[in-house]
Amino acid sequence: MGETAAEQQPLLEVRGISRVFGTLLANDDVSLAVQAGEIHALLGENGAGKSTLVKIIYGALRPDAGEIRLEGKRVQLQSPAQARKAGIGMVFQHFSLFEPLSVAENIALALDGAHDMAALKQRIGEVSAQYGLPLDADAMVADLSVGERQRVEIVRCLLAEPRIIILDEPTSVLTPQEAQALFATLRQLAAEGRGIIYITHRLEEVRELCERATIMRHGRVVAEIAPADHSAREIARLMVGSEVHDVSAPPMAETGAPVLHVRDLTLPAPGPFAVALYEISLDVRAGEVVGIAGVAGNGQRELFAALSGERLAQNRGAVFIAGHDVSLKDINARRKLGAAFVPEERLGHACVGGMTLLENLLLTRHAVDASVVRRGMIDHAAARVATQRVIDEYDVRNAVPERLAAALSGGNLQKFIMGRALDRRPALLVVNQPTWGVDAGAAALIRQQLIDLARDGAGVLVISQDLDEIFEVADRIAVISRGELSAPRPAAELSREEVGLLMAGAHEARHGTVHAAQT
Amino acid sequence: MMVLEKRAAPSRWWSIGAPLLALGMAVVLGALLFAVLGHAPSRALYVYFVEPLTSAWSLEELAVKATPLMLIGAGLALAYRANVWNIGAEGQLIMGAIAGSAIPILLPGWNDALAMLAMLLLGAAGGAAYAAIPAWLKNRFNTNEILTSLMLVYVAGLFLDWLVRGPWRDPMGFNFPKSVAFDGWHVLPTLTGRVHLGFVLALLAVLILWVIVHHMRAGLAVRVQGIAPRAARFGGFSAPSITLGVMLFSGALAGLAGIGEVAGAIGHLQPSISPGYGFAAIIVAVLGRLSPIGVVFAAFLLALTYLGGEAAQLALNMPAKVAQAFQGLLLFLILAAEVLVHYRIRWRGRAHGAARARQGGGA
Repeated sequence: MGETAAEQQPLLEVRGISRVFGTLLANDDVSLAVQAGEIHALLGENGAGKSTLVKIIYGALRPDAGEIRLEGKRVQLQSPAQARKAGIGMVFQHFSLFEPLSVAENIALALDGAHDMAALKQRIGEVSAQYGLPLDADAMVADLSVGERQRVEIVRCLLAEPRIIILDEPTSVLTPQEAQALFATLRQLAAEGRGIIYITHRLEEVRELCERATIMRHGRVVAEIAPADHSAREIARLMVGSEVHDVSAPPMAETGAPVLHVRDLTLPAPGPFAVALYEISLDVRAGEVVGIAGVAGNGQRELFAALSGERLAQNRGAVFIAGHDVSLKDINARRKLGAAFVPEERLGHACVGGMTLLENLLLTRHAVDASVVRRGMIDHAAARVATQRVIDEYDVRNAVPERLAAALSGGNLQKFIMGRALDRRPALLVVNQPTWGVDAGAAALIRQQLIDLARDGAGVLVISQDLDEIFEVADRIAVISRGELSAPRPAAELSREEVGLLMAGAHEARHGTVHAAQT
Repeated sequence: MMVLEKRAAPSRWWSIGAPLLALGMAVVLGALLFAVLGHAPSRALYVYFVEPLTSAWSLEELAVKATPLMLIGAGLALAYRANVWNIGAEGQLIMGAIAGSAIPILLPGWNDALAMLAMLLLGAAGGAAYAAIPAWLKNRFNTNEILTSLMLVYVAGLFLDWLVRGPWRDPMGFNFPKSVAFDGWHVLPTLTGRVHLGFVLALLAVLILWVIVHHMRAGLAVRVQGIAPRAARFGGFSAPSITLGVMLFSGALAGLAGIGEVAGAIGHLQPSISPGYGFAAIIVAVLGRLSPIGVVFAAFLLALTYLGGEAAQLALNMPAKVAQAFQGLLLFLILAAEVLVHYRIRWRGRAHGAARARQGGGA
């Protein structure tokens, strides 16, 4: 498909690829063509089959049917090493770097065969200068920001001189400014005649960057379009297969008293690669949604743990919920004051995958809801009723109270976790990455729930690395960077560029001086 | 080429099938072992596994031996569900026996129903206190409870040895290393034959385990802690309290088994009061898949290996270690068969299998 007489031979052509996992048809007769010099977007919801397709192209998976052609020549890719030799490189969404090693050492580890370190460092310098990817070959990876780590991955990929480059959600961890710099690099690479496959769920980016886009749904290609000719909304509809509802945020009524009050919260880092919190101050009032933006790994997890009470403050007077000093009170004491919490990771933190939904409901209710646990004894009938209510009212599909949490899809499980919190009509909701890895339909629903909860008179704190999401739901926005929080400002007064500068650390009071003193 | 594929959810069928498969393979390998020792496998297997079930006397003996295994196994099942690996039940059994025996030995005049109750309570308290040591070390210094609880077994054994050869030796006992014989209320009442009150307590312990695991918040806490510690913290469950709680529970039941042995089956303290019940109960808990009903069945099965081992010594002149070898074989095979609960076996062509193997490494 997509090959007309006018076009030249595609650089990469994938024809009729199918791949089955058990009973799941992950790729069903998928075809895709990438021209030299083209940045080609691969779009689709989670589970649409994008990852399976690129793993097949990268030689990490073998197709059950179909063929791959490079410049018209059929190739059989048995392994990623073979794919790299054939000129296909890939930058993964999750970095595979060793933190205690230097940039050059990490890159050396990924290269085949023997190599001379001095020469390699020089090559790293050349490539990083050529493509605007500033990098210190001797820096230790543990000291690098997420954006810098991604540069290491890209340079590592470029050293193999690939003609096809696959990038999996590369901007999900970058500030807007970092993303723009990445786009410049990608354009330069494409201008050299390379083909780029760009996986993302950020539609505005696709419209800005990509000449063509292939859209997948349920393992099939449903459309191939020129993104510039379509609105983001139209593209979203193609991805989801149905209309995606806009999130509507009615104007905020008068906000009430603060339900969450944080004053000069300072906590040392809990581990070697964790982030210390420094003098965090914040108010969340009844009736408003406060958004905390920031690049992943800047203290979001640590802040969530300190607010939820999974980690206690070091002194009184740091965290107040509904007017009570809870600095030294545990998570259930905070729940009793009307707070509810939704952590980032669904399995292993918010839920136990190997336990039923009913038991997972008890996980957050056992100490605060006397109807399900009384004097240490579980009332299964009452818990079943409550679980069924959450399933019904929050549209958790394919679920019964006895189903294991791990058997639910990401979006459905997130709806259950949100429902479990909302079902208690909380006065304060603290949620970390509410729609991470959730399909577009469920994400829109969850964002609407956050706004509705606030408009019904609760205080909502949303920690998210997705700027679109922050702007969609938040009345006021603060930015966290290396454990410091900027002063929240009304969303209407802020531009994405200003938030981007804050995400890059413009407000940090401490690091300029303290870090210089340490090093 | 054989490939192990992770199952989406643990197989219900294999969670029962795996221990049975392990048992079947243990019998086959046991037959092989008997053949190597120069006995006809069919005759040896009969003597080992069937004969003990054919007389009323040996059935009673089976219940007597299953009693401590069930008591300890029920306690260990709860501890293991919390991912707390108490390997030192044998030591807790000994300390329970010593603590409970303090009453007949130090206060021989106090001989009524209350004294018996006090013996049982002291037994449980002794085992619990001894198990609290590794729990405290783990909570305070993050030591590995497997090592500390195991090492304390030998301390307990030597302490008992010193007691019965020294201060607690029966002055009228012709210098044999044993305490005075217990009598009256100091001996557990029997139900039938040699089956004593401990058997009822063991069934009660299994029932309590079932209530805790399936109907109590404490059981929920233990299970969440064992599977997902971060989720446990999110649920507001305290890991140190859970560690201490399950160690006290398993230690108390092991201590109860200990006083049950000396006040029931044996009738006095002596240097050796258990043929390794505390260790065999580890197999009971694992073979029973940490479930209450599973513990009951597994306890009887392990009791049978003890009886069969004795019978094989008598009838076939087999070495006493055969029973232990068989128990070890069984544990080894159970752990191996456990794989089938979480993985399925696939046979694949070479190329296909290689591609799958790479998928894990390449992605």
